[in-house]
Amino acid sequence: MSSLASPPLHPSVADPARCLRRLAALLPASRVLSGPAQLAAYESDGLTAFRTAPLAVVVPETQAEVIALVRLCHEEKLPFVARGSGTSLSGGSTPVAGGLVITLNRLNRILRVDPAQRLAVVEPGVINTAVTAAAAPHGLHYAPDPSSQSICTIGGNVAFNSGGAHCLKYGMTSNHVLGLKAVLATGEVVEFGSASREQLGPDWCGLFSGNEGLFGIALEITVQLLPRAEVFHTVLAGYRTLEQAGDAVSAIIASGLLPGAIEIMDALALEAASAAVHAEYPPGCEAVLIVELEGPREVVAAQRPQLDALIAASAPVEARPARDAAERAAIWKGRKSAFSAVGRLSPDFIVQDGVVPRRRLGEALRRIAEMSRAAGIRCANVFHAGDGNLHPLILYNGTEPGALDRAEVLAGNILKMCVEMGGSITGEHGVGLEKRDYLASMFNADELDCLHRIRAAFDPLGIANPGKMFPDGTAPALAQHGLHPLEKAGLISRE
Amino acid sequence: MNALLSPTTLAELAEAVRSAPRILAVGARTKPRLSAAAPDVTLVSTLGLSGITEYQPDEFTFTALAGTPLSEIAATLAARGQYLPFDPLLLTAGATLGGTLGAGLSGSGRFRFGGQRDFILGVRFVDGTGRLLRLGGKVVKNAAGFDLPKFFVGSLGRFGVFGELTFKVFPRPASTLTLRLPVADASAATALLNAAAGARWEIDALDLLPAADAVAVRLAGPESALPILAAEILTRFPGEILSASAADALWSDLRELRWTHAGGSLLKLALTPAQLPELVARVRALSGRIHVTAGGNAALVSLPAPAASLGLPALTLRGPGPLWLDAPAPPAIHAAVKTALDPHNRFPSLAA
Ligand SMILES: Cc1cc2nc3c(=O)[nH]c(=O)nc-3n(C[C@H](O)[C@H](O)[C@H](O)COP(=O)(O)OP(=O)(O)OC[C@H]3O[C@@H](n4cnc5c(N)ncnc54)[C@H](O)[C@@H]3O)c2cc1C
Ligand SMILES: Cc1cc2nc3c(=O)[nH]c(=O)nc-3n(C[C@H](O)[C@H](O)[C@H](O)COP(=O)(O)OP(=O)(O)OC[C@H]3O[C@@H](n4cnc5c(N)ncnc54)[C@H](O)[C@@H]3O)c2cc1C
Repeated sequence: MSSLASPPLHPSVADPARCLRRLAALLPASRVLSGPAQLAAYESDGLTAFRTAPLAVVVPETQAEVIALVRLCHEEKLPFVARGSGTSLSGGSTPVAGGLVITLNRLNRILRVDPAQRLAVVEPGVINTAVTAAAAPHGLHYAPDPSSQSICTIGGNVAFNSGGAHCLKYGMTSNHVLGLKAVLATGEVVEFGSASREQLGPDWCGLFSGNEGLFGIALEITVQLLPRAEVFHTVLAGYRTLEQAGDAVSAIIASGLLPGAIEIMDALALEAASAAVHAEYPPGCEAVLIVELEGPREVVAAQRPQLDALIAASAPVEARPARDAAERAAIWKGRKSAFSAVGRLSPDFIVQDGVVPRRRLGEALRRIAEMSRAAGIRCANVFHAGDGNLHPLILYNGTEPGALDRAEVLAGNILKMCVEMGGSITGEHGVGLEKRDYLASMFNADELDCLHRIRAAFDPLGIANPGKMFPDGTAPALAQHGLHPLEKAGLISRE
Repeated sequence: MNALLSPTTLAELAEAVRSAPRILAVGARTKPRLSAAAPDVTLVSTLGLSGITEYQPDEFTFTALAGTPLSEIAATLAARGQYLPFDPLLLTAGATLGGTLGAGLSGSGRFRFGGQRDFILGVRFVDGTGRLLRLGGKVVKNAAGFDLPKFFVGSLGRFGVFGELTFKVFPRPASTLTLRLPVADASAATALLNAAAGARWEIDALDLLPAADAVAVRLAGPESALPILAAEILTRFPGEILSASAADALWSDLRELRWTHAGGSLLKLALTPAQLPELVARVRALSGRIHVTAGGNAALVSLPAPAASLGLPALTLRGPGPLWLDAPAPPAIHAAVKTALDPHNRFPSLAA
């Protein structure tokens, strides 16, 4: 797998002293961080097992500053990593050793909200929920809703084509990006798309979305806003077995309904969520299903009995429709807190992100349970059941020798299973650093070469987030005990 | 006359691409302007590459060869209560799946859930070096690798030849109901389009009709709900509910482009609702007709004469005139990506 040809590497060949001098000329000293204490906070992202110290972290405040920084990087062949809130779960925003981290949090202006044409123009550092907050007075909302939405940025969402709980019906981030302005790794400033929902010629916004920071830096993003659904009908149903919950999903899909969200949490995830948000879930359940209909009240009123009947027929232990907005919010709070809540069960955990064909969900969960039993590792499952997107949360104790290693092996086996089943190694968290060696399990040598060529078209010097998405040997060190499986394979090494 | 190759397998498709220095893929050639090639260009027809290769109604996905007629796909999906919500054009004219992606054309239904870009999941295609590649996936959610399938929407055959495509589909709504709402002028149309699009009704299609004197609103959903929503719409905007047969005729005339001039030219534009009044004025000045769709975000303009400037970027779909009008010069990255996918310019630009 790893023997596939990689492009020439571009480790930082930049002159660090000269780069720092030039950075100091560009930005005030308070916005060029290079002391060890200052850098510590930026050494990793949501994938905490990896850490690297960059040369410096810079804090631009304007688009012009970002452009000047990228052009500097291009001239100096200095690798750079764009950073939003650093919540990437695949190591996407982990620094490159000796490179620059360009943080975008201060480019956080909402430049325009156009209620009539239902769009917003925002800078990349704007927090996901801030877009909906700005749209809400007009009865509008921004649909993509990753669980991290209260902290992650639109720039990070675009770079990772982030998803959320509503992807089956509403798509991913890229489906909501109408236009964007970006500075490419070459220093070229481009504008893709427009304020129109339609386009002429190839879909550049679609290609840029999901580039994982390898093309350049998004400076300004035009997103579509949707009218907020008038009413919701949210049902939480508990089942004795995961299989029964899965069967209920199949019945709903087959019925012709198109719910806004279909989510499942397993027993361990429920245990964590109920401790974290004091939610009470139906007792004795191995799975909880959350299904939500949304739309005009007359439409939901017509579909509600159909959904309720389907759920009743699926023999739940208990089904609880949310009676009001507060009950609905509580259901979602429990679901969205599941990732962080698992932190209460275990000192460390890996959040995996794989996709299987939806009809094979039950089989996938059975195999994950078997693999986790065999490995002696606990694994909680939270997933977007409507689109087959699994999020196994693999629990381990990083202070225990070899524990991270074993967790990574289990994570890798889960990914291989997803590919074998005809799915994908990532539904929404991206390939990043963590899964780059699995990219070759989805694409053959020619296809990888094609992806490399596209990357090189945007970034001929290989300075934009090198070492991510593609296997190529420039990985940061692991902070945890024990050798990473990739280290063992000789693919990465500690600096 | 251009030489024409008709491969019947994906391996033959790759072979055909490798066999000639200049290639243009064509489907049913329903958009003749989009397949107008210089004489030295070899045409590769996908008509021999036809058929649905995989359909999983419970996954909301299907995979079909590029030359599969849209009409066949629509019928197969309908038999299982599903559909392609972006309402592809020219079903009865024989348009193919590959040609539809290459042309980047979506119909009226793209208003509610988006256009082709929102439903394409994966593509097997032959690049300019003659390699058969698969990018994207066959599942409804996938973030691995760059999203070339989306990029190919509207690529006019210039970045690769599609062999097989995977799309997401949705359950077909239980019923539809169409209203016709007259408007005094284009400014009133813009106001109506924006107000209706932002309202609670979850409209399925929202178009300004070719005479530019009325807006058509299509509702889709449970049969019991639609008359109530329609009644509320009519209290805000005077108009009428169309009979089922009148509604069918209205949408099928739009889908099959029956409102366009027999000769003349046909252009596609991307716009915002605010640009509508000026565009309508320009079209009228040229004695043309305009069908505005997607709530005022896309327009097809039919002119009795060769394609001419309308003050906004436009793509000529049919008839004489330049392929692109008022389009900004492509950025340097355009040429770089073209070179990445087609280093020898095997897929040349369409004849001017
Ligand atoms: C608790 C938790 C829950 C999560 N839930 C979800 C979920 O439900 N769905 C989901 O999809 N993800 C989820 N994530 C993952 C993560 O939040 C998303 O990937 C998010 O989009 C990252 O945003 P960020 O601002 O933190 O970006 P960062 O982590 O800072 O960066 C992510 C990537 O984007 C690049 N980047 C950042 N800004 C720009 C820019 N302006 N231009 C170009 N590239 C840029 C970076 O280089 C990096 O490669 C979750 C994470 C956590 C910690
Ligand atoms: C404005 C307009 C006018 C139209 N006029 C007509 C008309 O007069 N008659 C009619 O029958 N239909 C017409 N159509 C319908 C239109 O052709 C369909 O929407 C569909 O795009 C046509 O499919 P096709 O197979 O005919 O494509 P084609 O017209 O053969 O090709 C369209 C474009 O896609 C490219 N392409 C085709 N197949 C592939 C492939 N496998 N891989 C890569 N690129 C490919 C071609 O090179 C070309 O640039 C029109 C559409 C529009 C929007």
